[in-house]
Amino acid sequence: MARYVLKRLLYVIPTLLLISLVSFAIIQLPPGDFLSSYVANLSAQGDQVDPAMIEGLRQRYGLDDPFLVQYWTWISGILFAGDFGFSLEWQMPVWDLVWERLPLTIAIAGASTVLVWLISLPIGVYSAVRQYSIGDYVATTVGFLGLATPNFLLALVMMWLGFTWFGMSVSQVNPGTLLIAMVVLGTAGTASLIRILRANLLDELKKPYVVAARAQGLSEGKLLVKYPLRVALNPFFSTIGWLLPSLIGGEVIVSTVLNINTTGPLMLNALLSQDMYLAGSIIMILGVLTVIGTFVSDLALAWLDPRVRLGFS
Amino acid sequence: MAQASLIDTPAPEPVATAPSRQAGQLSQTALMWRRFRKHKLAMLGLIGTGFLLVVVLFGEFLAPYSTTHYDSDYTYAPPQALQLVDQEGQWGLHVHPLVMEQDPDTFALEFTPDESDKVEVGLFVRGVEYELLGVIPTDRHLIGPVDSEAPPMYLLGADRNGRDVLSRLLLGTRVSMTIGLLGVVISLVLGVIIGGISGFLGGRTDMVIQRIVEFFMSIPTMPLWLGLAAAIPRDWSPETRYLLITVVLSFVGWTGLAREVRGRFMSLREEQFVMAARLDGAGRGNIMFKEMLPSLASHLIATATLAVPTMILSETSLSFLGLGLQAPTVSWGVLLQEAQQIRVIDTAPWLLIPGLAVVVAVLALNFLGDGLRDAADPYKR
Repeated sequence: MARYVLKRLLYVIPTLLLISLVSFAIIQLPPGDFLSSYVANLSAQGDQVDPAMIEGLRQRYGLDDPFLVQYWTWISGILFAGDFGFSLEWQMPVWDLVWERLPLTIAIAGASTVLVWLISLPIGVYSAVRQYSIGDYVATTVGFLGLATPNFLLALVMMWLGFTWFGMSVSQVNPGTLLIAMVVLGTAGTASLIRILRANLLDELKKPYVVAARAQGLSEGKLLVKYPLRVALNPFFSTIGWLLPSLIGGEVIVSTVLNINTTGPLMLNALLSQDMYLAGSIIMILGVLTVIGTFVSDLALAWLDPRVRLGFS
Repeated sequence: MAQASLIDTPAPEPVATAPSRQAGQLSQTALMWRRFRKHKLAMLGLIGTGFLLVVVLFGEFLAPYSTTHYDSDYTYAPPQALQLVDQEGQWGLHVHPLVMEQDPDTFALEFTPDESDKVEVGLFVRGVEYELLGVIPTDRHLIGPVDSEAPPMYLLGADRNGRDVLSRLLLGTRVSMTIGLLGVVISLVLGVIIGGISGFLGGRTDMVIQRIVEFFMSIPTMPLWLGLAAAIPRDWSPETRYLLITVVLSFVGWTGLAREVRGRFMSLREEQFVMAARLDGAGRGNIMFKEMLPSLASHLIATATLAVPTMILSETSLSFLGLGLQAPTVSWGVLLQEAQQIRVIDTAPWLLIPGLAVVVAVLALNFLGDGLRDAADPYKR
């Protein structure tokens, strides 16, 4: 196990490095540096710009240095001082802005994951055990629809229905919008997880040991839960690996549509107003969180399944 | 691999339940088509995709108006029903003109169809000029008001500027569909080259490439897309923007394809015909692209088809958020931008119809891709 953890950890480090590089590249992408556009913006609005402050910021970020030096200035600030830079749009340190909103982002992503599990486990098992039954067809159809509907569309429609039928408030966060966010985020993940679980369990149910157990008179329920289900459950842990990136990505859109104050809309606005330090930092933080989540789920999987731990797949 | 097994067994076992006597003599394409036809959803997907392609090609002909045609008197006009028989019992396509009233208290505009009057609607009527398929200049439209001076016709309602939702939806299909197809072509090229090299060479190269692919898969794509799309300067021309958005989408979307190609190449690498080519002294590039790739073509087409919907969904989301395509370009995502606020949707729910188009397109392509995937291996089972 220790070997596996070490090996896995070895992959995490370059991934984190790459994520930070990509995020910084995004910060640098817009033509011209962000200070000049900021100054141009302010001047256009007729505001006074303090040259001393601009010069200070220019020095602090080393805007005249080559890319790698600037990257180092940025990343070392984060690593050693927890300084993610300064949001010009908000006139606040990036970290303060993010810190206010991060818990809700994590809570929504986490709750959606749990919701995905809770819904797809019974439906997936039912679909496999009663293959080609009406329930199976219904689940497959709903799953297909869930995969085909863009997140934001589903959020819009649900919010509209909530607004017209239940007079739900849509201007601020309330339990209703949070619930919609989770349901919307959960749909696509649920649909794919049901398909995976169903396929896995169907494979497992055809194996000779199931026939043997049945021949020995083990009851169907006991038989199902005791062996095939346990094997088929693997994707529930490995899914976090692909579920999390899509949840985090979907969260950006859904929160924007539903007016939920998480890191998603903050990042979107930062991108739209080219407040690049804020945007790049959020992209990096979300990326890092995803990698950590995936890492934890891989460890959980290795702990549960010796085949993974020992390198058989 | 089934294709390769042809070498070992000249005549594959006739499909057990097949009604045909000479299944063994059918060509591979015929076998695939037979298998595909049995898949009902796939046939449905094929029909849907075909319909969408017709809209892509003949959008201007099908749409009553151009994308820019507007009438500010008809802000958020509701959909009009197409009538066949008028009150005197006379036959002829027509719609009832809309009468606008302003609520004296709220100043909200109310439209009611005037049942006593009618706007004549004809087929193959003259309208705005355009070039069919980009070459044939004409001004005929499949459907539209006979008299161009008559009140406008809104079969699917109007938007904020009194533009026809139906026309914009039909004409936006081209951009949304082509961005999906073009994006998949780019990521397919990337995927085939990178995945092919990875699967064919194996060993250390494979490991490095797989780590890179895993990296791309482990980061949340949406923020990355948004970041890259936001970096495209806003004042660039719509065409450049369209192209760059496509590149951004495929840049993140190639990983799945690369994995698929790698797996296929790995399993194909050990086949006898590859060995034969190698012993013949064929170069690596030759073996990969001239020997192995053709036998993968059907699988690749299936995988690519399944990747198109993701691209369409991504473009729609990006444009909806205001970071993708922008007006004057018309795509489904751009159209849905109109429906961002609940109050707007409450007044004009028909603005969500482009979303329905997205769902239909995604479902059709998914079904088609599923069918193709099954048909790609006609000997299975």
